[in-house]
Amino acid sequence: MRTLTHRGRAAAVLAVTALLAAACTGGEDESAAAVCAPGETDGDLLLYNWNDYVDPDLVPAFEAAYGVEVVEDYYTSNEELLARVSAGGAGYDVVVPSDYAVAIMVEEGTLLELQHDAIPNLANLRADFTDPSYDPGNAHSVPYLWGTTGLGVNTALLGDVEPSWALVFDPEVAGALPGRVSLLDDPREVLGAALHYLGLDPNTTSEEDLQRAADLVAAARDWTAAYDSGTYEDLLLSGEVVVAHGYSGNFLEAFDGAEGYAYVVPQEGATVWTDAMAVLADAPHPCTAHAFIDFVLTAERGAALTEYIYYPSPNAAAEALIDPEILDDPAVYPAPATQERLQFLRDTGEFETRYTDLYVEATS
Amino acid sequence: MVGVAPAPAPARRRGPRPPAPPGPEREAARAAARRGALIGLPPLVTMVLLFAVPLGIVAVYSVATRGRTGRTELADWNLDAYARLLEPLVLEIAGRSLGYAALTTLLCLAIGYPFAYWLTTRRPGVRAVLLVLVMLPFWSNFLVRTYAWRVLLGSDGPIVTALAAVGLGEVRLLFTPFAVVLGLVYGYLPFMVLPLYSSLERLDLRLVEAARDLGATGWEAFRRVTWPLSRPGVVAGSVLVFIPSFGAYVTPELLGGSRTTLVGSFVVRQFLSARDWPFGSALSMAILVVMLAATVAYFRAQERRS
Repeated sequence: MRTLTHRGRAAAVLAVTALLAAACTGGEDESAAAVCAPGETDGDLLLYNWNDYVDPDLVPAFEAAYGVEVVEDYYTSNEELLARVSAGGAGYDVVVPSDYAVAIMVEEGTLLELQHDAIPNLANLRADFTDPSYDPGNAHSVPYLWGTTGLGVNTALLGDVEPSWALVFDPEVAGALPGRVSLLDDPREVLGAALHYLGLDPNTTSEEDLQRAADLVAAARDWTAAYDSGTYEDLLLSGEVVVAHGYSGNFLEAFDGAEGYAYVVPQEGATVWTDAMAVLADAPHPCTAHAFIDFVLTAERGAALTEYIYYPSPNAAAEALIDPEILDDPAVYPAPATQERLQFLRDTGEFETRYTDLYVEATS
Repeated sequence: MVGVAPAPAPARRRGPRPPAPPGPEREAARAAARRGALIGLPPLVTMVLLFAVPLGIVAVYSVATRGRTGRTELADWNLDAYARLLEPLVLEIAGRSLGYAALTTLLCLAIGYPFAYWLTTRRPGVRAVLLVLVMLPFWSNFLVRTYAWRVLLGSDGPIVTALAAVGLGEVRLLFTPFAVVLGLVYGYLPFMVLPLYSSLERLDLRLVEAARDLGATGWEAFRRVTWPLSRPGVVAGSVLVFIPSFGAYVTPELLGGSRTTLVGSFVVRQFLSARDWPFGSALSMAILVVMLAATVAYFRAQERRS
């Protein structure tokens, strides 16, 4: 009996190590191999994208134009994407991580260095998107869409409010609203908003600054109904909350022209983000992946994307084709003065766990 | 075991095997053993592949290191993640989860016991229909049913509207601890009712009658006859409700608001926002060990009492 247990244990350990070894060996050093001509394809495309993040015509149009099939799979957060691909062997070609996740993936070596001559439509990018801080020179990624994180407001009940984080953090303002508010269920976004409100760096690695932000979030519990990243637009529309923290395009898509709601970017500053297309280092079809990125960068596809999901396009050529009403809407394309106060969230390395801990402490 | 000559005690399972009977009987015994091994193989393989191996991976990750980018480095093995388990934040969340799980179990028992008892007194045909009704919710997705509670409890929902109509003023139900406990009781009540029912169904009602004939009051007959005889159902139901509600994730996430973070959400957060897999794994291992120990202790205590 005892010897059998020993043997059993040894077998289990072996099995575990074998699995771990298999998980660790995939995905390293397979870059450099691909040399693709513009528009060249080398098989079907495996696209791993955010849920509900393409216009419905894009994929069929690509399939028809290039004679390949596209298999789509979805994720709901960058962390889910990182968890899936960082061990390698995920089998996807194109992924769409956000700015800070691009930086993490480049550091981890999971992204292929892009072959810019296979993506002639890179020339369509707006000048301010050609050298992003998270990926200098777009070496590993190409902007797909961008947007801001701000507040959706029930203006029918609140009237014209001053666009400020006071709407969720100030006891005098938020505490006196005729209803409650919701915040994103996201440590970086919520603490980032509090840091913006306090006039501090949203990417701070100072324990003291972060603690001040956490105290603000903890005090806001009294009027915060929920921490919700998935259904906040419904909470706002159903009247459950009167102010909701969330992403620009989601609100605008949900409002769909309905009167009595507005999306605002708080004047103290807010998060701006870019979701970028990238090719995995171990992508099975790197040439189709480059062709797809090039296809998305055409003026027509860029315009269709923005018109469908109300996130602004990084594509300058597309702007001529986008409905002027969308192009001039400051909720979609923030005014230049607002843009100056927008900041990317950056990965803070080891400090990231402090954000999570203080957030959980402040909200629970 | 080497060198020790065990006294051949007949009842011991580990004792030497008795010599197999000769001839065709031995053949039959061997065939039976082979069949037994064959039948036992699929569940063994399933358990090892689907349970032991993943658990082993969790154990390995729990002693690994979080890399700078959040990738787990399978090197520098250490117990740092386990040291963090004693931080006040972790203890507070664990204590709260314990409280919610205990309350849920008690409420399920208080509602489930009379219901299961009443079930056993129905005619068999009615009983079958009622049992199907108990299991009916399982036929639709749990997530969808939890979202339905959001509508029911919402500030425009029927419950709040009805309460306001009878003059109770504006009550907030959604995103409160009340909503979380309600959701948990709703979700896990069938797990209490079914084992209780199977225990009570086998109860010999003549024993209760005898107790009454011998002068016991209704309460005494329940306390000294019915309750002790139904205790296996109470034990099984309580464990089946307590364990999943301790680790519940969907219900507190969807129905809870501030101040309702339970361990399930805390573990998920380690994987999906802190990207600290070692700490998330250590938390999972700790929950597993504590739950296992508590369950074993509970079963032991119940055995001793009966």
